[in-house]
Amino acid sequence: MQLGVDLGSRTIKVAAIVDDILLCHTKQESGFEPHQQAQDMLKQFQSGTIIATGYGRHLAQKHFADEVITEIKAHALGARHFFPDCRTILDVGGQDCKVISLTQAGKVSNFQMNDKCAAGTGRFLEIMAVSLGYTISEFGSAALESGQDVAINSMCTVFAESEVISMKNSGIPAADIARAVHLSVVSRLGGMLNRIGHGDEIVFSGGVANNSCIVQLLESKIGARVCVPSSPDLVGAIGAAIHAGKSAVNCG
Amino acid sequence: MSIENFEVKAYPEMWESLGMDVARFDKSRQMLGEVFSKTYLSQKNRPAKMKYFDGLIAEIFGGRIKEMLEVKKTGKPIVGTFCVYIPEEVVVAAGGVCVGLCGGSQGSIPDAEKILPRNICPMVKSAYGFKAGRICPYFQVVDFVYGETTCDAKKKTWEILDRLVPTHVMEIPQMKKKRDKQLWLEEVKDFKTRVEEVCNKTITPEDLGDAIKIINNKRKALQRLTRLRANHPAPISGKDGLLIEQIAFYDEPVRFAEKVNELCDELEQRLQNESGVVEKSAPRIMVSGTPMALPNWKVHNLIETAGAVVVNEESCIGSRYFKDLIDESKVDVDAQLDVLTDRYMQIDCSCFTPNDDRVDQVLKEYKDSNAQGILHYSLQFCHTYNIEEIKIREACEKYEIPYLSIESDYSPEDVGQLQTRIEAFLEQIREQ
Repeated sequence: MQLGVDLGSRTIKVAAIVDDILLCHTKQESGFEPHQQAQDMLKQFQSGTIIATGYGRHLAQKHFADEVITEIKAHALGARHFFPDCRTILDVGGQDCKVISLTQAGKVSNFQMNDKCAAGTGRFLEIMAVSLGYTISEFGSAALESGQDVAINSMCTVFAESEVISMKNSGIPAADIARAVHLSVVSRLGGMLNRIGHGDEIVFSGGVANNSCIVQLLESKIGARVCVPSSPDLVGAIGAAIHAGKSAVNCG
Repeated sequence: MSIENFEVKAYPEMWESLGMDVARFDKSRQMLGEVFSKTYLSQKNRPAKMKYFDGLIAEIFGGRIKEMLEVKKTGKPIVGTFCVYIPEEVVVAAGGVCVGLCGGSQGSIPDAEKILPRNICPMVKSAYGFKAGRICPYFQVVDFVYGETTCDAKKKTWEILDRLVPTHVMEIPQMKKKRDKQLWLEEVKDFKTRVEEVCNKTITPEDLGDAIKIINNKRKALQRLTRLRANHPAPISGKDGLLIEQIAFYDEPVRFAEKVNELCDELEQRLQNESGVVEKSAPRIMVSGTPMALPNWKVHNLIETAGAVVVNEESCIGSRYFKDLIDESKVDVDAQLDVLTDRYMQIDCSCFTPNDDRVDQVLKEYKDSNAQGILHYSLQFCHTYNIEEIKIREACEKYEIPYLSIESDYSPEDVGQLQTRIEAFLEQIREQ
C-alpha cells in the first residue's frame, strides 16, 4: 500500500493508493501534536510506504514517515493524477497559496509561493466569513448572490477585517461585502498566475477550491478554464501517495 | 573545540572600558556561541584547518579587538566600513586597520527602529542599531566610519549615524563613464587625506605599494579557495566558505591570507584523495545577490540542511570582494591611486546603471563553479538588487539554468516558507 500524508497548516490529510487506484482517504483538523494525530489516522490503513508532505513533513519523518517531498512536488504529482495533461496548478491552502508550472512531462519547471502572510489564503477567507456571520460553506454561495462590485483595498488579514467592520457599519449588505472579500482574494491569485504565466486551463487544488465563488470569479479574471478535482484538498496527500510508488525506500 | 564546550569568549572589563552595554551584549555573545556551534560545529567532515576560523569566532569580541586597540595606541587609524568600495589598501598603507562593521543580525534592529523607519533595508537598520545600542565592540573601537552612497537608505542613515560616531561619506558614481572614474579618483584622494590626518603621517609610495600587495594576496587566497570549491564533490561546505568570506572583513590581512592558503593546501590534499565534504550526488548551488553579513547564515544553512552544497557566493561578501586585483607595478602614489581606482571601478554593484557586466559575471561564475542551479538572494527593500534580479532571471531562463529567487530579512519568521521553496528547488534539480 502507498500512503501519502499531508500535514498542512490547518488540516491533516491521508490518502491510500493500491495499484494506482485511490482506495480511501481521511481528513482532520490539525491539533497540537500533528505527528501523533497523523499516526493515529494512519492506524486504519494497512502498513505501507509512507511519504509525508506539508508543513509538518519533517516532524513526520522524525517519527514515522519513510521519506518527505515538498508540497510543490506533491501537488504536481496529485494534479496530474486527476488531469494528466495539466501544466499549471494553483493551490490555495490554509496558510499559503502557490502557483506551479509543469513541463509537458510533468516535472516542476517553476513555482511561486505567497510571502510570509496569510493574505489570499484559506485562513483569510475563514476570518472574513466569521466577521460577517457566515460559516465557511455558506460564504461562497452568499457572495455569488451579490451582484454588486464593492472593493476591499487591504490585503492584510488584520486590516481587511477592520475594513469589513467599517463596511458593515456603513450599511453595506453582508453578501456584497462577502463578494468584495472574494474579489480581493481572486485579484491576488490572478496576479500570481499572471506573473508565472498560464495556458487555457489551470488545475485548482487545496481546500479553497471548494469555494465555487472563487472558482467562478477566477475564471472570468484570468480568462482560462479552472479545473477542480473531486477532492481538491486531498491533492497533496494523493501526490505523496503516488510518490510512495516511485520511492526508493519502497517497503511494500 | 567540540559543540558542547564552544563559547564566544567574554571580556567584560574591556567592553566596559569601550562604553558598551555589557549586560545586554553578553547575552548576544552567548547567543552567537550557541548559534555558531549548532550551525557550524555540527557539520560533518569539516577540514581540520577550519580550527583557526572557529578560533576567530571564539575571539570575535575579544582577541581581535585587543589587537586593534594595540594598533590604535600607536596612533594608527581604525576605520569602520560597510562596503567593498572603501579602499582598504589606503588604510593598510597608513599602518591602520580597516574593519567591516556589524550589520547582519536581527538583535540590533529594535534599537534602530526607535528612530529609523521600519521599511528600510535590514542591513542598514542592523548596523545603525549596533551603534545606537552600544552592542558592537568594533563600532566602539573605530576612529571613524566611512560610509558611501551605494543606496538611499545608507546615504541618509549616515547623516543620523554621524551623531553617534564620526561618519564620512565617499560618493560612489552611478555610471561607469570616464568622468565617473574621475569623480571616484577624487574621492579616493580625499579618503587618503582623511586617513593621513588621523595618523599624522604621509603615505609613501612604498607604504601604498606594500599595502596593495598585502590586500592582493588576501584576495588571491580567496580566489584560490573559490577555485577549489568548484571541484566535485566540493571539498568544503558553503557555510564554511561564507564564514571565511565574512571573516575576511575583520581579520588581520597578512595572517588571514596565510591561514586561507593553509586551508587550501588541506583541501588540495582532500581532492587528491577524492574526499569531499558531501556525497557526489548533493546538488551544487551558487548563491548570487546581496551580501550576507556575519552572523547571517540563514540561507546557506537551509540549503545545506536540505542536503545540497553551496559552491560560490556572487556577492559583496563573496566574489565581488576578491575577483579583481590591483596592478602592482606602479611606483608613485598618483599612478598607484589611478590603478587602484581602475580596480574599484570594476566592482559590479547593482547601484550602477546599466550593470550588465554583472549578468555576465553571474553566468561566468555559474560555469566556473560547476554549479547546478542559482539561488538569487535579495535583502528586503534592496531595490537595486531586487530589480536587477529580473535580468539575472531572464539570463537563467535563456540558458536553462535552474533558478530560484528569494527575498528575505534577518528574522526567523519565514524560515518554514523558505525551507519549502529551497527543498522544492532542490527537487527540481535532482529530477533533471
